Amino acid sequence: MLPDSTARIAVLLSVGQHPLTARPRRADQDARALELALQLPGVEVLPVHAGELNDQNETALRSYLGMGASALKLLPAAEGEDVLPLLQQGLRDLQPDLVLCGKRAEHGESSGLMPYLLAQSLGWPVISGLVEIERLEAGHATVLQALPRGQRRRLRVTLPAVLAMDDAAPAARQSAFGPARRGVLEVEQMVAVAEQGLANLNNLSVLNWQFQPARKRPKRLKIIKATSARDRFKAAAAKAESSGGQVLQGLTPDAAAETILKMLREEGVMNSTHGD
Amino acid sequence: MSTTRRRDPRAERILRNRLHPLHLTLQLQHSGVAEWLGPNGVKRRNPHLVGFIGPNGVRRIDRSGAQSAASQTQVHVTEQDTRRTVQLDHPDHYITVIPDMTGGRLSAADKDLLGLAQRLAAEKPNTAVLVVVFGESKETQLGEAGADRVLTVADPLFQQYSPEQRLAWLLALEQALQPDYWLLPDSGLGGGDLGRRLAVALNVRAATGLWQVNLDGDMPTCVCRAAAATQDLLRDLPRVLLALPECAEPVSETRHEALELDIPVSPAAVNPAIEDLGAVAVDPASVALAEAEFILSGGNGVRDWPGFHQAARVLGATEGASRVAVDDGFMPRDRQVGATGTWVTARVYLAVGISGAIQHLQGIQSCEKVISINTDPGCDMVKRADLAVIGDAAAILQALTEKVGQLKQEVRDVA
Repeated sequence: MLPDSTARIAVLLSVGQHPLTARPRRADQDARALELALQLPGVEVLPVHAGELNDQNETALRSYLGMGASALKLLPAAEGEDVLPLLQQGLRDLQPDLVLCGKRAEHGESSGLMPYLLAQSLGWPVISGLVEIERLEAGHATVLQALPRGQRRRLRVTLPAVLAMDDAAPAARQSAFGPARRGVLEVEQMVAVAEQGLANLNNLSVLNWQFQPARKRPKRLKIIKATSARDRFKAAAAKAESSGGQVLQGLTPDAAAETILKMLREEGVMNSTHGD
Repeated sequence: MSTTRRRDPRAERILRNRLHPLHLTLQLQHSGVAEWLGPNGVKRRNPHLVGFIGPNGVRRIDRSGAQSAASQTQVHVTEQDTRRTVQLDHPDHYITVIPDMTGGRLSAADKDLLGLAQRLAAEKPNTAVLVVVFGESKETQLGEAGADRVLTVADPLFQQYSPEQRLAWLLALEQALQPDYWLLPDSGLGGGDLGRRLAVALNVRAATGLWQVNLDGDMPTCVCRAAAATQDLLRDLPRVLLALPECAEPVSETRHEALELDIPVSPAAVNPAIEDLGAVAVDPASVALAEAEFILSGGNGVRDWPGFHQAARVLGATEGASRVAVDDGFMPRDRQVGATGTWVTARVYLAVGISGAIQHLQGIQSCEKVISINTDPGCDMVKRADLAVIGDAAAILQALTEKVGQLKQEVRDVA
């Protein structure tokens, strides 16, 4: 914990999209980010949303409030408008020690560039694939990052920083109906920034981009470059053939174990020898 | 010696006449040669000499030519490499590829990415594909995969997570070469992370989740997955591309030089804000079988199950099992590997006492290295394995456990 004051954690929340029904919902990774922030003891959680407020979005946004946050700061933006300058301004005003967000949005371009753009514009470091915050100290945070194949890596980052959540982070709690209704959506008007936002040509409609429902990706065919009929037949009716591997016979168990161990170390899967 | 073909009418006559007293001797001289060039340059063949007599006394003909090639000593048939060799002495343009190189080798996705890079390079003459390798590389096939130039940055720092230092190198490369395109795999933490940092630093709106590139029209376009993979985005082709696996066909028709880049690159010094404190020991039993990196799998040949579990614990491997072991109740159902259980993607798969049913082999199709301990040298698993040890599984596993235990003890003593 920060010795003099409590740490302020801004959580960037977006409106998600249900993968089947395409209805607005709380975004999965953003909800995980809020869950992580709510579970940290002795911190001030500042939920922020930049975007349009309408009937459909309100239910989705209120479901974040139903997780335990009392209020959500809303930076209004028009449909398709670039929210980056808004968020930048909003975060400058909030002065958080940490910014938590999801790795990528659930609709729109969903490129996952937002945390990086935000970090660059604020001049803060960014870490992607976060699963846990282990320690918060003055000026530093120790966090766990999810690696592929269920592995974890411990990182130390100077604060303030932008941290993007991974899908492997602990699942978000259920949203309760009562607190969701009672929670406050604080709409913050930012006039100066709004003009700047209009001038920004990063608007999606400006670019000549076309969105269409995802096509199924073609399955890759096995390319057979055989010159004779016999080779083609053999390739089509392929059976387990010797892959040119080593076969060692008549070794003592000790020697056999030594060879296996050598290969395991070559492949680098024995790293855990150092841990434990 | 004269190259003019000389006929020997007498020998031909004798060869045609089976009743001639010299027929057998002359035929013996010609025997074993099923095909020869006739006097007018026409190919002649003796059908009686084609093929060989099989075990049942039936003549078999091997159309692959392996048999006749073996019998003909003068014709030496070798597998010819038909790939074209591409050499670029002084490339004018560069396309940079930063593969993930998981475990120090090119993955299938990395090879696809190199294929895409070569497709883009073919659009402009004298364009080289530059592969940037951070950390140590065990890959020897970079040229075959499509790398014209290679830049290896072998600082031990790059074995760790060091995105800021990597980015400094890439920005220095941008200064030195001005590459036409930057290609990275859109994988969780490798290229996906670094590529986004690079795109933001270069102020490029990167194409993420790219899976198709169209170069036919006057403007190159690409198709990207958007909106959590529920939509496709058709857009222009930016300079930074983060591509999904199977975005293009890997290089197969050309060979490239993979020369070390001869242009000096000097990155700016960075004051890193992110420090890698190392990997965290994860309980291997908690890792889902489908995404485990190292699997120790047991089958019918395992007699000593406590020893097997002990070995898995000491090696830090996730446990798997064949169907027989599961059916017999030695392992839970969710640990079954194979077409009927889990399709695993482990980098190293250590199969103990598994003979390799076809369903099981299907389940381990995408494993990179398979090690097998088995008593039967003829079984399918031994054929599939990269390293097969024939012997008693229990004894070998025990020896392995002891050796790893000793290693750990040594590390602890040193520390």
